[in-house]
Amino acid sequence: MPRIQIDIAGRLDHLAILDENGWLDKTLEPEIPPELLIKLHRIMLLSRRFDERLLNLQRQGRIGTFGPIKGQEAAQLGAVALLRDSDWMVPCFREMAAMLWRGTPLEGVILTYGGFNEGGRIPDNQNDLPIAIPVASQLLHAVGLAWAIKYRQKDDIAMVFFGDGATSEGDFHEALNFAGVFQAPVIFVCQNNQWAISIPRSKQTRAKTLAQKAFAYGVPGIQVDGNDILAVYTAAKEAVDRARQGGGPTMIECITYRMMMHTTADDPRRYRTEEEVEKWAKRDPLSRFQKYLTVKGLLVPEKIDVLEKEVETEIQEAVNRAEKQMKNLTDPLHMFEHHFADMPVNVLDQQQELAQELAEQKEEQSNG
Amino acid sequence: MAKMTMVQAINTALRQEMEKDDRVIVLGEDVGRDGGVFRVTDGLIDEFGEQRVVDTPLAESGIVGTSIGMAVYGLRPVCEIQFSGFSYYNFHQIESHAARLRWRSQGRYSVPMVLRAPYGAGVRALEHHSESKEAFYAHIPGLKMVIPSSPRTARALLLSAIRDPDPVIFFESKALYRAFREEVPEEEETIPLGTSQVVQEGKDLTMVAYGAMMRPTLEAAALLKDRDGIDAEVIDLLTIAPLDDELFTQSVRKTGRALVIHEAHRSFGPGAEIVARIMEKSFFYLEAPVARVTGFDIIVPLFSRENSYLPTVTRILTAAHKTLDT
Ligand SMILES: Cc1ncc(C[n+]2csc(CCOP(=O)(O)OP(=O)(O)O)c2C)c(N)n1
Ligand SMILES: [Mg+2]
Repeated sequence: MPRIQIDIAGRLDHLAILDENGWLDKTLEPEIPPELLIKLHRIMLLSRRFDERLLNLQRQGRIGTFGPIKGQEAAQLGAVALLRDSDWMVPCFREMAAMLWRGTPLEGVILTYGGFNEGGRIPDNQNDLPIAIPVASQLLHAVGLAWAIKYRQKDDIAMVFFGDGATSEGDFHEALNFAGVFQAPVIFVCQNNQWAISIPRSKQTRAKTLAQKAFAYGVPGIQVDGNDILAVYTAAKEAVDRARQGGGPTMIECITYRMMMHTTADDPRRYRTEEEVEKWAKRDPLSRFQKYLTVKGLLVPEKIDVLEKEVETEIQEAVNRAEKQMKNLTDPLHMFEHHFADMPVNVLDQQQELAQELAEQKEEQSNG
Repeated sequence: MAKMTMVQAINTALRQEMEKDDRVIVLGEDVGRDGGVFRVTDGLIDEFGEQRVVDTPLAESGIVGTSIGMAVYGLRPVCEIQFSGFSYYNFHQIESHAARLRWRSQGRYSVPMVLRAPYGAGVRALEHHSESKEAFYAHIPGLKMVIPSSPRTARALLLSAIRDPDPVIFFESKALYRAFREEVPEEEETIPLGTSQVVQEGKDLTMVAYGAMMRPTLEAAALLKDRDGIDAEVIDLLTIAPLDDELFTQSVRKTGRALVIHEAHRSFGPGAEIVARIMEKSFFYLEAPVARVTGFDIIVPLFSRENSYLPTVTRILTAAHKTLDT
């Protein structure tokens, strides 16, 4: 009865294609149609500027708490670029770039952070779930969507986003296990931005990588430079192609960085150094992508200026529309809606109770 | 001792108890270096080190499940769940084990742990950050459910909770964390769990509330006095379960009228239990139906409408007058 080594895992790669300065490893360059590259760049720029604008709005008290995405644009866009409209995208709460790519209107994002439930409405033709704040809970929904897709024998897929911190929750492990057992066509895209509020990745798990956790469930995993959109795209393409052909799930760990505070309520100076942030600033996904596109002849500096102006206008118009909507949505009676297909009697009664109270107050004020 | 906010008072209780008792350890997400997202555990890691003030991985079931094990072994874990709205991953550990191990082992084991969590609306937060679901916990046999209403009661109740031989859920109102300061005595002070307090005596109407709702309730009581000369008796429950019905029974028998105020949803909320006790024990003393002013039976809306969800002074006054006019 010998003691023999079991060969458990597949191989774990780390993939990077653009270096820190945006120079390309030609042998690894993916084939991406120029129109797609140009669109990806436009949405990346839009998300960057919109993120900055949201932070301004928050600082001015015009919206509430929000979690900036700066630094994670490539780790999101490189993956969602592979999705078709009939596929499903399941975000957590820091996937604004992915959401914009899929068609979420800017004003929806502003409305949500402005404290209006109305912002959560997903456009009818967009197969995405709303943001999910309870960490890791949404992974199982993506597996369920993918499982249902398989049941219906479609070649669509589901793609789910989550952070490094999420890999510590039980739901993460249940999701990977179910996906593996049922060979569901789901892509797990981990945004390893090195921090879960104040907890560094090194304290989240003793494991060397997050991607290797997939192996325990018989699921392929790969680690990529998440600030390199070409690497994210390449890994996502392999995973998506495999899933569409019945090859089941994949986990992609994107190594990226949360450049800003966790949310606007957080003060990262309490737990991390400015040097660390500066080091990551040099790996900025946007400037690396711009460098690549410029060398490739798809972008010239004047074009970037034009795009900056376009994007600024688009954002300004969305802010105007959203603020106008927020002014028109003040009626609190809306808060009773969308709990059931048919409002139960107790809720209806309570809605009327509040309506009457508001009417009486109005009358008092006009008499008063 | 100085005037303190509720955050400082809870921090003080933790610090004093940790100095005194090395069985006490604090664990949770971001409670160490960051001092907790509300800074309740600020500075504790510097004073007591990483063995006793522990930044855990992001896993509520992990935090509570391991706390149960430590408590059985003889430690006194005080774990923080970052927001009560994220306490559902750990709900299973609380309901299935923390609340049951004494019973299941027929008295051999006990689970002397505290689960602290911020609850309630009113701080312009995101979804899941504004709930008031104490009824979930109050419903569980084997569990105590405590909600302080001020810095002083928070300090005194937390000490009692840590020393309690059984598991205690300790909800802290985010809206009260920095709302006001209060003198908190230097010398140790505790409030026995399961006891309510009369905070204002009166003869015309009994008002029962707790936690963040004590403020609008007391404000309404003051207005009733000033405007209409009505003397309301105001009772602060402090512990939701086990419910102390002694004081409000006495009070209702005196006033004949009662109003219960909470920000939790109305249906099956703590108010339902309080009203039932009043019906059971004081029915023949009542002059009017008992009234409830509560959060509505809807998911707490995002913050632009949260003030419409919450009981307000106006709503409390309207209900009080309705009761008094009957
Ligand atoms: C179940 C649960 N517990 C706690 C929280 C509070 N919380 C919000 S985000 C966060 C950290 C998440 O870290 P990570 O998964 O790495 O995502 P990131 O914020 O870095 O994008 C925590 C603890 C939550 N939202 N849900
Ligand atoms: Mg993270």
